[in-house]
Amino acid sequence: MNFIEARKLVHEYIRRDEDDNVESILTALDGVDLDVKEGEFVAILGHNGSGKSTLAKHLNVLLKASSGTLWVNGKDTKDESSLWDIRQSAGMVFQNPDNQIIASVVEEDVAFGPENIGVPTSEIWKRVERSLKSVGMIQYREHSPNRLSGGQKQRVAIAGVMAMEPKCIVLDEPTAMLDPNGRREVLDAVGQLNKEKGVTIILITHYMEEVIRADRVYVMDNGKVVMHGTPRAIFSQVDALKSYRLDVPQITLLAYELRKAGVPVPEGILTRQELVEALCRLF
Amino acid sequence: MSIILDKVNYVYSEKTAYEIQALKNINLKIDDGEFIGVIGHTGSGKSTLIQHLNGLIKASSGGIYYNGQDIYDSDYKLKELRGKVGLVFQYPEHQLFEATVFADVCFGPRNRGFSRKDSELKAFAALRSVGLSEDFWYRSPFELSGGQKRRAAIAGVLAMEPEALVLDEPTAGLDPKGRDEILDLVAKLHRERQMTVILVSHSMEDVAKYVQRLIVMNRGSILYDGTPGEVFAHYRELEEVGLAAPQVTYLMHELRKRGIPAAGTATTLDEAKQSILQAFSAKHGSVQR
Repeated sequence: MNFIEARKLVHEYIRRDEDDNVESILTALDGVDLDVKEGEFVAILGHNGSGKSTLAKHLNVLLKASSGTLWVNGKDTKDESSLWDIRQSAGMVFQNPDNQIIASVVEEDVAFGPENIGVPTSEIWKRVERSLKSVGMIQYREHSPNRLSGGQKQRVAIAGVMAMEPKCIVLDEPTAMLDPNGRREVLDAVGQLNKEKGVTIILITHYMEEVIRADRVYVMDNGKVVMHGTPRAIFSQVDALKSYRLDVPQITLLAYELRKAGVPVPEGILTRQELVEALCRLF
Repeated sequence: MSIILDKVNYVYSEKTAYEIQALKNINLKIDDGEFIGVIGHTGSGKSTLIQHLNGLIKASSGGIYYNGQDIYDSDYKLKELRGKVGLVFQYPEHQLFEATVFADVCFGPRNRGFSRKDSELKAFAALRSVGLSEDFWYRSPFELSGGQKRRAAIAGVLAMEPEALVLDEPTAGLDPKGRDEILDLVAKLHRERQMTVILVSHSMEDVAKYVQRLIVMNRGSILYDGTPGEVFAHYRELEEVGLAAPQVTYLMHELRKRGIPAAGTATTLDEAKQSILQAFSAKHGSVQR
C-alpha cells in the first residue's frame, strides 16, 4: 500500500446562518485521487483557491473529509483512534515562519514537539541535535529565533517537525514569504531530507522552479486533480498550465517560445543546462 | 514631482544594546514618472527605505525633499505627503477592515477630510482602475480571493489619488496568473497616468520585465543603481550579497562561453529569445518570427 492514498476525496466548506441553516456550500476538494509512495518527493501546484491547502490539511487530519477515503501510513483518517499516529507520521510546515515558532531559544522550539508527545528527555536532546543538523541550523541552537532570517526560521520550523521523526513532511508554500536566498536554503534542506533520510515530501508551491526536483507533480484546479506526471511531462504542456492560472519555469518558457519560432529544441526542457546543451547541438 | 534623499541615515533602537543601522548615507533622486525596482535580501534595508518616502519613518540624520520642499520642516504637512506617496505594504489585505470592499476603499479619502460624496467618487474610480468587478464591491473583503483582496487594498491607496505609488512585494503569496495581473495593473498605472512607481520585489524576473531603473540594497547602502541590464551584468557580485540575476541572463552568458554568437546582456525572456533567434537565423537561414 502507498504511504498516502486518497480515493474520491471530497471536502465541503459549509456556511450556516444563525439558525444553523445551510447558507452556502463550497466544494474545495471534488473527488481527489492521490497516491504517494514512501520516500517520494511530490509537488502540488494550483492557483489560489484551487484546493491545495485544503488537501494538505487532510493529510494530517486537521480537516476531515465530507466523503471519500484517505489512508495515511496504512491508517484510515476516518478512524478517530489513529488520529495521533497519523499526525506523528505526517508533519506539517506552513507559510509563515513567525506563526510556527513558539519558544525563545531555537533548541527549545525544536524540542517542543517531541516533548509534547512524551519522548524521554535524553532522547529529546538527541533528536534536537539530529534535526538541527539535518537542516544546517545546529550552530544556531542557542540563538533566539526572532533574530534569524526568514529562511533560517523556516528551517527551524522544519527541524521542529523532523524532531517528531515523521515519515512524511507536508510543506504548504514554505517559501512564499522568503527572499531568493531563503528559498534556496529551505529547498536544499527539504531536498536533503528526502534524499538522505528518505523522508516523504509533499511540497505545495506557487513557484514553478521549485517543482523541478520533485519526482512527480499534481496540478489542481477547482478542487480536482487536472494533471499529474513527472515535472518534464507537466511542463511540456505550457498552454494547459496557463489555462489553470499557472506558469512554467522561465527557461522552459523560453525553450517553448523558441520551438514555436522554428528553433528545433526538444520539448519539456527544465533546466538552463539542458537548454544550453540543446542549443549547442544546433550551432 | 521628485523625491530627493540626501545623506539619509536611519538607526533602529538608537543608543541601546539592540542598535542597528538600517540605512547608511543614502543619496537618491527619484524623478517624476519613473518606474523603479528595489531588490535586496531580507534585512538589507528595502522596507526601511521605502517607509522614509512618505515620512512614516523619520531619518536619524539627513534630509528628504519632496518637490524641493524639506519634509522635516516644522510647517511641512506630512499628512498630505502620505496622500501623495501611496504606500502598499506587504500582504496589504491584512489591513482590510471595513464590512464591505467599497467602504474600505472610501476610508482613505474620508480620513483625509473629503466629503462622503467625493470620497465615494474617488472610491468608484479607484475600484474601476484596479479592474475589480462590480460584483465584489459590496461584499465583505473576506469573501474575495487572494488576488482580488490585493486589488481591493491597492484601490484603497489609489483612492487617495497619490502621485507616486510604492509597493512592498505586492505579489507575495499569489499564484502566477495573479502575480502577472497585479504587475500588469501597476505597469498600466505607470503607463497611462505617468504615475511614479517604486516596486520592492524578490523576483529578479519580474523587475527585469517591468522596471526601467533598478536599485540594489545591501546592508543599508545602495550597492547598484542603473538599468536592469547594467545591474544584472554584475550577477557574480549580486550572488555574493544573496541575490541573483534572471535565469535568462545566466543562459546567455553560458551560451557565449560555449561559443554561440548570441549577443547582449538579456534580462528578459523576449530579449533572450530575439538574440537566440538572430544567431540561429544567421547560421541556418531565416526562421519564422
